[in-house]
Amino acid sequence: MIISHEQVETMAFLNQIELSAEEKEQYTAQLNVILKYARILEQLDTSQVAPMIHVLPLYNVWREDEVGVGLDREQALQNAPESEEGYFKVPRIL
Amino acid sequence: MATDYEAVIGLEVHVELKTKSKIFCSCPTTFGGESNTHVCPGCLGLPGVLPVLNRKVVEYAIKAGLALNCEIAEFTKFDRKNYHYPDLPKNYQLSQFDLPICQQGYLEIEINDNQKKIGINRIHMEEDAGKLVHQGDNIARAEYSLVDCNRSSVPLLEIVSEPDMRSAEEARVYLEKLKAILEYLDISDCKMEEGSLRCDANVSIRPRGQRTLGTKTEIKNMNSFRSLQRAVEYEIERQIDAKEAGEPIVQETRGWDEVTGVTLSMRSKEEADDYRYFPEPDLPPLRIDRAWVEELQQQQPELPAARKERFIQDYGLPNYDAEILTNSRALADFYEASCSLYPNPKVVSNWVMGELLHLLNAENLEITQSRVTPERLAEMLQLIDKGTISGKLAKTVLEEMFKTGQPPQAIVQAKGLVQITDESALTIVVDQVLEANPKVVEDYRKGKGKALGFLVGQVMKQTRGQASPEVVNRLLKTRL
Ligand SMILES: [Zn+2]
Repeated sequence: MIISHEQVETMAFLNQIELSAEEKEQYTAQLNVILKYARILEQLDTSQVAPMIHVLPLYNVWREDEVGVGLDREQALQNAPESEEGYFKVPRIL
Repeated sequence: MATDYEAVIGLEVHVELKTKSKIFCSCPTTFGGESNTHVCPGCLGLPGVLPVLNRKVVEYAIKAGLALNCEIAEFTKFDRKNYHYPDLPKNYQLSQFDLPICQQGYLEIEINDNQKKIGINRIHMEEDAGKLVHQGDNIARAEYSLVDCNRSSVPLLEIVSEPDMRSAEEARVYLEKLKAILEYLDISDCKMEEGSLRCDANVSIRPRGQRTLGTKTEIKNMNSFRSLQRAVEYEIERQIDAKEAGEPIVQETRGWDEVTGVTLSMRSKEEADDYRYFPEPDLPPLRIDRAWVEELQQQQPELPAARKERFIQDYGLPNYDAEILTNSRALADFYEASCSLYPNPKVVSNWVMGELLHLLNAENLEITQSRVTPERLAEMLQLIDKGTISGKLAKTVLEEMFKTGQPPQAIVQAKGLVQITDESALTIVVDQVLEANPKVVEDYRKGKGKALGFLVGQVMKQTRGQASPEVVNRLLKTRL
């Protein structure tokens, strides 16, 4: 076991996902299969390899500081499950 | 014997940058505006949208880093900071984790004429979150909340100090100096009330002489320099009391309550802070060209420390005056503009630092909101030189200028404030005063020098402050 039940529970909590007992069982098992595979890769000697920050050899991709056209308010809110007076409406936080 | 404690304070400061567009999309950063009108699929966190970095943000970060004596990274990247909160549409904030753009700098502060270096641990770039409006008195009682994404993705710099401050006053002075530097760089509005400058304080205590750090708390919700100082003062006291009572100090976030003047526990730290940072795959990393850094270094404006030096050298000002005048760019500009019109730097400094700042502070105004302009101030000082008004009357004139914005001549005429220098007119008043105060006259003749001041005061009172003090003094002396 590389990842424990408790760690899966913590992950679910941090991501605000509710998992049933069976799902916890299932995901713990699946994650362990994936991580076991990663363990094989970990056996390679990478001491001479620089860490890869990004998969593409690209740097400094940026734009000038110019204002463009965005969405109007109706468009912005049209997919919101609920809105009120031009705001997104969300359930109580605490 | 009670233990002697020392406080250890570090500040995390967030500043909104004055760019035209947001950090990862081209929505405007304009303050205010109807809710959700400065938004696009990018800053709303809609699926499938790619961020594109605003180059100006990198430029401003480098400028801040240079001004704070930091090392500018040759290689830097963005990371995702994962957490769930309704003001963060993507469920992660684009920030920088292990390779921030600036590291290891310092800022010099001055307290009671002593210089102290406060270390800067790092400066990184990130995006701001949206704004929440809670329906109900507060978040705890709110039935639901409303989200406005206009501020979502507005560029921020987070400037993290080393825990080098030892008192609440040092913390306030550090923040004031940092604000001054950012203002001089012209990269942020730095308005604490509007939230373009925000400050969190990490506070711990330890017995003096101990090297290891005590458990720290993080203080939030301070929206003025004064509340920063008050909150940190309170928190130091609270921790010392807890220690002395044998209670544990818990690592937690505490909110400052301006009204009650206390800090209150908001949430305990351990469960909330697990941000699972990882490199942002949608933004390629940055290589910061040394020539660009050099170019920006060349373009740096005069910063508060240099300007202060120049004020001391060129205007012959004392350290104290120069420090206060240069701590706000707008105030220093006002001062220099006034000096160019009325070339007596010390007199200008006295009036600006004394009367004018006093009036501004009383109304909680910035110099930029002052109705007294450098032109008006210079005209008023010239009226004193011409003998039209006395220094005492000038204070009244300045107050009136401050209130109404009228030119000093108009005020002097409208209020009949012209100085009375006419000797025959004043002689009448002087004689009346002498007659009414025989005892004081006697005291003076017996050698009590102070008695003269009282008599001058009486004449000034009779003339509603309009008598020329010089003439009155002379008349009194000849008569006595
Ligand atoms: Zn946008």
